[in-house]
Amino acid sequence: MTKFETETLINQGDKDTRSGFGEALFELGKTNPDVVALCADLTGSLSMNKFADAFPDRFIQTGIAEANMMCIAAGLAVGGKIPFTGTFANFSTGRVFDQIRQSIAYSNTNVKICASHAGITLGEDGATHQIMEDLGLMKMLPNMIVINPCDHNQTKAATLAIAEYEGPVYLRFGRPKMPNFTPVDYKFVIGEALMMKEGRDVSIFATGHLVWKALEAASILKEKGIDAEVINIHTIKPLDREAVMESVLKTRCAVTAEEHQIYGGLGETIAGFLSRNFPTPIEMVGMNDLFGESGKPHELLDKFGMGVPDIVSAAELALGRKHL
Amino acid sequence: MTSADHLKQLATQVRRDILRMVHKAQSGHPGGALGCTELLVALYNKILIHNPKTFTIDGKGQDVFFLSNGHLSALWYSVLARSGYFGVSELSTFRMMGSRLQGHPATQEGLPGIRISSGSLGQGLSVAIGMAKVKKLNSDPHLVYVLMGDGEIQEGQIWEAAMFAGGKQVDNLIAIIDYNKKQIDGATDDVMPLGDVKAKWEAFGWSVLEMNGNDMDEVLETLKESKTKTGQQKPVLILMKTEMGMGVDFMMGTHKWHGSPPNDQQLENALNQLEETIGDYKI
Repeated sequence: MTKFETETLINQGDKDTRSGFGEALFELGKTNPDVVALCADLTGSLSMNKFADAFPDRFIQTGIAEANMMCIAAGLAVGGKIPFTGTFANFSTGRVFDQIRQSIAYSNTNVKICASHAGITLGEDGATHQIMEDLGLMKMLPNMIVINPCDHNQTKAATLAIAEYEGPVYLRFGRPKMPNFTPVDYKFVIGEALMMKEGRDVSIFATGHLVWKALEAASILKEKGIDAEVINIHTIKPLDREAVMESVLKTRCAVTAEEHQIYGGLGETIAGFLSRNFPTPIEMVGMNDLFGESGKPHELLDKFGMGVPDIVSAAELALGRKHL
Repeated sequence: MTSADHLKQLATQVRRDILRMVHKAQSGHPGGALGCTELLVALYNKILIHNPKTFTIDGKGQDVFFLSNGHLSALWYSVLARSGYFGVSELSTFRMMGSRLQGHPATQEGLPGIRISSGSLGQGLSVAIGMAKVKKLNSDPHLVYVLMGDGEIQEGQIWEAAMFAGGKQVDNLIAIIDYNKKQIDGATDDVMPLGDVKAKWEAFGWSVLEMNGNDMDEVLETLKESKTKTGQQKPVLILMKTEMGMGVDFMMGTHKWHGSPPNDQQLENALNQLEETIGDYKI
């Protein structure tokens, strides 16, 4: 498991994850002539404008036609290009599941499905657009890598990393400005979990926007005399099983935290792994089989049980269930 | 013997292959495969610029063909084998466990000639557009071909792709519709009327040619003509009228053989109508 050199991670200033994607895509445009970007009428929302303006020949605007976009991307990949598709997470997964399944996952084409506005922190647009099922849909597909970065810097690093990987990838990020706390320009390694804060009493495995919430929860837990470990599982699939095992061997109880349905999410992946290998008390913070609603990102996270207090109480519950 | 005569003989042999493959597997889709035999035989033997010995997935420096209606797999496999992509003896493994000849075309098993999986309908035209864009980006003058079914154009994605190719002037693409007016549930007119297919594609910005897909001379002539229509800011569509089940009297004029294999007696009856020309593969 990798650790950052800095002792504690601090918020360098709120930033959206999608602009991390856009910055990296632009860099890739400059460094890798095989990178092609596709967008279904959401160029600004996905921060793809810089790429589109600088490399018009390698930018394909498909209009509002996501199924066509996914399969054009597959055809580009068959021909040897490295296509990055950009649209909202909802339209990147559920709407085009069969296209992804046949032309991308089964055919093992080198398509990077880049999905913005994921999760409930999409906010005001409401439940039609707040997809909380995308990680589950994508992780079920053989050959698919599933990544959910935690902040702007990690999204940028992950975008650069997936261009180097040969095969289908689902990269999920979000809309709102959120704390940006991982180092600038660090080297992202697919499938290698990141130690964010070491601890002895409880392991918190968090992904996406909830990683920062988990760090905040760890501070509160510390005041209560609980030493929580926070691990960033940015790659949902393949799961860094060694990192999970190493941590729970020490703490003997776990919390998972994700901006996604509990059914089919990171929590179930970790629980499935642990139950087969090292049964451990586990509590899951996530969306509990509900659709969301309009509102501000943070207030929605709190309302639907994915806020800092929820992670704190989940940790206390897990601790209480520990086999002593 | 003229080259068209040779292709006609090959087509007869391919039809025998299709029937024997589907019969042995007791599963598969003979109807559409028999209907599109002339097209694939003509494409792979006279039209496509390709080299089976140097097959690569990316198709660089060659013409590329995609089969969107993947259930015509028996036809494609037979034509690929008889064009030298793999040995004809492998045809006897069609749809068997462990075979590279999957029920619908797939890349997972590494069968030469296949570049992407197909079978779930409506996706191949978009894939072909992607490949056509690659050719343009690479300044590769070779063409991209795709075959789809007429029932398949009931899929909404086909019209997303049609709008894209017409609107964005993907003019190194030749799409062919197998216009047999039949689908699994019956006549297209009964299941979901297709309307004026030619006018629809023209309205989407395509050059449209028509041909009788079961007349080898006309197929060759129209395919050659279609090439001359490329590079003119418009994608090219060939509306190919065919007879489902062509070549076997009891399989024609009905949709019944879309996805049903013949039994022993039916196979014998069918093979009696199709002379063995260049030699059956061994089972």
